Amino acid sequence: MARITLSNLAHSYLPQPKSEADFALKEMDHVWDDGGAYALLGSSGCGKTTLLNIISGLVHPSQGRVLFGERDVTLAATAERNIAQVFQFPVVYDTMTVRDNLAFPLRNRGMDAAYVSARVNQIAAMIGMEGNLDRKARGLTADAKQKISLGRGMVREDVNAILFDEPLTVIDPHMKWELRTQLKSLHREFGHTMIYVTHDQTEALTFADKVVVMYDGRVVQMGTPEELFETPAHTFVGYFIGSPGMNLLDAKVDGAVAQVAGQAVPLGAAYGEPTGRVQIGVRPEFVRLSATEGLPATIRRIEDVGRHRIVRAEVAGVAVNAILPEGVSVSPEMTRLVFEPGHVLVYADDWRVRPQGAQIGKAA
Amino acid sequence: MDKTVNQKAWFLVLPVLVLVAFSAVLPLMTVVNYSVNDTFGDNEFFWAGLEWFEEMITSDRLWDAFWRQVLFSGIILAIEVPLGIFIALNMPKKGAWASVCLVLMALPLLIPFNVVGTIWQIFGRVDIGLLGHTLAALGVDYNYTSDAFDAWATIIVMDVWHWTSLVALLCYAGLQSIPQAYYQAAKIDQASRWKTFRYIELPKMKGVLLIAILLRFMDSFMIYTEPFVLTGGGPGNATTFLSIDLVKMAIGQFDLGPAAAFSILYFLVILLVSWVFYTVMTAFDREDQR
Repeated sequence: MARITLSNLAHSYLPQPKSEADFALKEMDHVWDDGGAYALLGSSGCGKTTLLNIISGLVHPSQGRVLFGERDVTLAATAERNIAQVFQFPVVYDTMTVRDNLAFPLRNRGMDAAYVSARVNQIAAMIGMEGNLDRKARGLTADAKQKISLGRGMVREDVNAILFDEPLTVIDPHMKWELRTQLKSLHREFGHTMIYVTHDQTEALTFADKVVVMYDGRVVQMGTPEELFETPAHTFVGYFIGSPGMNLLDAKVDGAVAQVAGQAVPLGAAYGEPTGRVQIGVRPEFVRLSATEGLPATIRRIEDVGRHRIVRAEVAGVAVNAILPEGVSVSPEMTRLVFEPGHVLVYADDWRVRPQGAQIGKAA
Repeated sequence: MDKTVNQKAWFLVLPVLVLVAFSAVLPLMTVVNYSVNDTFGDNEFFWAGLEWFEEMITSDRLWDAFWRQVLFSGIILAIEVPLGIFIALNMPKKGAWASVCLVLMALPLLIPFNVVGTIWQIFGRVDIGLLGHTLAALGVDYNYTSDAFDAWATIIVMDVWHWTSLVALLCYAGLQSIPQAYYQAAKIDQASRWKTFRYIELPKMKGVLLIAILLRFMDSFMIYTEPFVLTGGGPGNATTFLSIDLVKMAIGQFDLGPAAAFSILYFLVILLVSWVFYTVMTAFDREDQR
């Protein structure tokens, strides 16, 4: 087991990358702590899988270094890195039995037979396949095969890290929850570094201690689920995490006040005078309806989703959502939206602007 | 629910029945007719019962040709299948070289059989052929027209040259269908090259490989043109395979009765082997679905 350091790392699939746009992974420096449970979150094509394959050695980066602990493994082959990886679609050895499939990584490393059989039984119990150990893997359903793939990933105790590349895509929802819980308990038990790629925020937030959000080949934020929710470092994080995502409005910011569509919106802190494309962002959870104060808005509709209601509104032609907690009444005169000042964040060219001086509330 | 019975549906299969009758059943019946009769021409037939079959089944000449044929098919399968797999494994998977390789591999398959025979007939000649002359110059005592071993060697090399591409191309197609993730998983699991082949590539190639073996078996078991052009069945009877022997008997000696019985036995052997193949292949398919 080891800490994983990515130093000055970038990757392009083109042999001669010219501009930044040619890079699937833009230059990055990150440290992944030993024993951490990380989720790598982002939409399709943002470079998640590339980053994962660089860590596992299936892809060699165009520039930069990968360190496991103090050892430079940038050019080391996958086999030398002692890593386990589970892929999006099940990979099983069709002609082998389930038992042989699970034992394969151990036997290839010359482990002792008694240990192999004990370990295989343990993993089989974990993935719920004790009864099928002597069946051929070929005829099994897709989710049974994926469980075998997961089992093969977890069977080695001495791995540096276990990488999961959207492993639960083909699993049905009930089983998903169960397997994720088992991955969590496995993590607690053995303390392997785990990196879990997904585009499902629920999966990411429930699995990981730290969530790494990627956007367009860049890691835009690495933080706890709470940090991602409270203080998204990039507008993409705001929009991608949360349901519905963060509201973003073009604004002109001067000190502790933003001007949106000719109206003043108080901010929880002073931001000076940021330049570029300036936006304010506020989560729907911190927007409320009012009849007397706030920004005038057009209410499009109110959706009742059970626990709460979502107000779909427009301010100066831009969609703004608000979440109404249970028990809050709505009347036809309430056509204004109030943003809680402590939860309004400021973005310049999509990146969060840190407030200056004394701060109020959560924006700190 | 009861099945609807509509006897008129039989009319719908009538065209196929007529077609099959004219293309297969009637010609086959003519052969059957010859095999149970004796004829001296003039469309005059004398009933002979199973006499020709008895004669053929106990004929040393037929059995010799049969074992020669089995040996030939056995040898070329033993060479072409592993060689084809080896070539397929080493062909580039993508890029310009992949296309170049595919075209080069396909070339021998496009040459007509008698031309292949002629090419090797000349190629192997000691007086003017590149191969024969070179071997002679190197001091190898090689002459496919007088030495049985040389004749066999030449025919086998010719067949390998002509048909290994087919096996290679089929295997290549099978290999191309393996998702990259399997190779990546094998690397992560630290599988050796042999284990990757044994547990990933071979199982995925199994279907096409069976077809390749079936095709190569059938073709080699019925081989006629190439050895006929190259050696004419000689020296002596050394390369007289079943179909060459059959033609000699039917057209050379005009023994139509025995030749007809011979054809039917020949046909039954091929039918039997194909049935075995079919059974094995469907058994594999069933296993896949289970």
